[in-house]
Amino acid sequence: MTTFFDKQLTKPLPFSRNLFSYGMGTIALLLTGFALLALFSVLFEIFRQGLPGLTWDVFTSLPAPTGEAGVPTGFGNAIQGTVLMVAIATLLSVPLGILTAIYLSEIGKTGAIANTVRFVMSILSAVPSIVVGVFAYAVVVLATLFNYKGFSALAGAFALAVIMLPIVVLSTEEALKLVPRQQRLASAALGANSVQTTFKIVVASALPSITTGVLLAIARVSGETAPLLFTALFSQSWIETLLNPTPSLSVMIYNYSGSPFAAQVQLAWTASLVLLGMVFVTNLLSRFVTRKR
Amino acid sequence: MIHQMSSNAHSESIVGGDRAWLDRSFAWVLRLIALAAIALLFWMGNVILQSALPAIAKFGATFLTSQDWDVNQLQFGALPYLYGTAVTSAIALLFAVPIGISVAIVTSEPFLPTWVRSPLGFLIELIASIPSVIVGLWGIFVLIPFLKPIQLWLHDQFGWIPLFSTETFGPSMLVAGIILAIMILPTIAALSRDIMTSVPSDLRTASMALGATRWEMIFTILLPASASGIVGAVILGLGRALGETMAVTMVIGNSDLISVSLLDSGNTIPALLANQFPEALDELHVGALMYLALILFALTLIVNILAMIIVKIFGFKY
Repeated sequence: MTTFFDKQLTKPLPFSRNLFSYGMGTIALLLTGFALLALFSVLFEIFRQGLPGLTWDVFTSLPAPTGEAGVPTGFGNAIQGTVLMVAIATLLSVPLGILTAIYLSEIGKTGAIANTVRFVMSILSAVPSIVVGVFAYAVVVLATLFNYKGFSALAGAFALAVIMLPIVVLSTEEALKLVPRQQRLASAALGANSVQTTFKIVVASALPSITTGVLLAIARVSGETAPLLFTALFSQSWIETLLNPTPSLSVMIYNYSGSPFAAQVQLAWTASLVLLGMVFVTNLLSRFVTRKR
Repeated sequence: MIHQMSSNAHSESIVGGDRAWLDRSFAWVLRLIALAAIALLFWMGNVILQSALPAIAKFGATFLTSQDWDVNQLQFGALPYLYGTAVTSAIALLFAVPIGISVAIVTSEPFLPTWVRSPLGFLIELIASIPSVIVGLWGIFVLIPFLKPIQLWLHDQFGWIPLFSTETFGPSMLVAGIILAIMILPTIAALSRDIMTSVPSDLRTASMALGATRWEMIFTILLPASASGIVGAVILGLGRALGETMAVTMVIGNSDLISVSLLDSGNTIPALLANQFPEALDELHVGALMYLALILFALTLIVNILAMIIVKIFGFKY
């Protein structure tokens, strides 16, 4: 009997089962390798092509007219435009987003309105950004604002704000829900009203995680192109007013990517490097903010 | 129970205090803002619908079946773009689903030591944070030249299959599909991994204690248990693929003809919007573009609600 069990226990797996294991393992690792290869190829190429063009001029000058050599060339105006529009979008979406999230976690909870808001926000976060751009085009570009009708930084910022809103709402609600209920009760027991409890206790202690969510939203929209294409459009000059076509890094990369001029393609690569740097730094910053606590 | 009691206590304090008005108006202000957030989606749908009305009135349902897109004659038909969107998304899923699930398995099962696995997951998710216009730039200058010989080879060897029946110029629906696959990969991988790691380890150990190898366990226990979540993740990935604009616009070649061959250039709804919106002046032209945007909006809405329903109904209960 023992010999039978010994045989059973020490018998190696049949070849077919081993083959299946090793075969599947190889396939899975190989496919994962493909994914990594694509990522590294993108990053490597952006450094390889973008780095040679990265000079100080890039940040301080306008794109040089095509065909002129020896003139400092850059995309200072596009950086200006991206930062400006993302900043306005943040100012529009963050207060609204945080207040909506406060409603969800402090007042609405699992009520009908709150659940509808959550549903609508997750739908909104999945709406393609180009559709948001179309919406901003119809609402802002076609409307007359401050005696101006047409492509503007405001229209671009509005589109970006709509994209940011659901991200801010959903991440802020998660942050607020993590604040222990005892803190709210303790605050109320000490005589604080709901406004004081909400802002001085709940929001204050969730602030690092809220900041993380906001920074992730900023990182996400800084690279958005589709909603800016026909809201902010593009321009070759410095920004003087919010009510004019406004350049941005992402639209510039798109416009110059198909350019027949090598100098413009070079600018597109360098702009990609700068934009990617901005996005990654914002992403890292968001991790750093929560880790400090 | 405890929750109930505390919320009762809370509402009593609202009624009782000197400054109850403050609490009450605070709640109302927040409620209004929340309602405004709901209204935003309806506003968006309504604005796009209203702007699309001229085109809807003129073309109606034939818009969906007509192939003409002539800006000068003001004749508009959406079929080439619907077709291109469907084909590129299908190619994207074809590549992204196996790779995404592989990544999820590799990063959730202990094939590799933890110090390799966790950065691996992080790296794959990093793809999602690369702006799509940058992926498109890479597509133009790296992916298209890289895939061109492969596409030519496909045509040489398999030209008798209609799918590969034309010689390629470089940009093609196949390239667009592959670039879409890269872009939706992180969505599918990350969500599938989350589902897989939430399958209780008891199930895995039980299966392997009964003699299953790790891969037999993956196919008989892990994948069936997380199937609904994976399907949800794939559908969300599809939603992203349908609406992805920049990278596709830059590599698809923007032709307005329907071609069976994947090696031909094509066009998608978002790509057409990106190309024509900045120059659209005529009301009917804008209307036709808005009509397309409306279709895209409805499509992604349906796809995402479907994903939510699948996860909710068929989601496992552990």
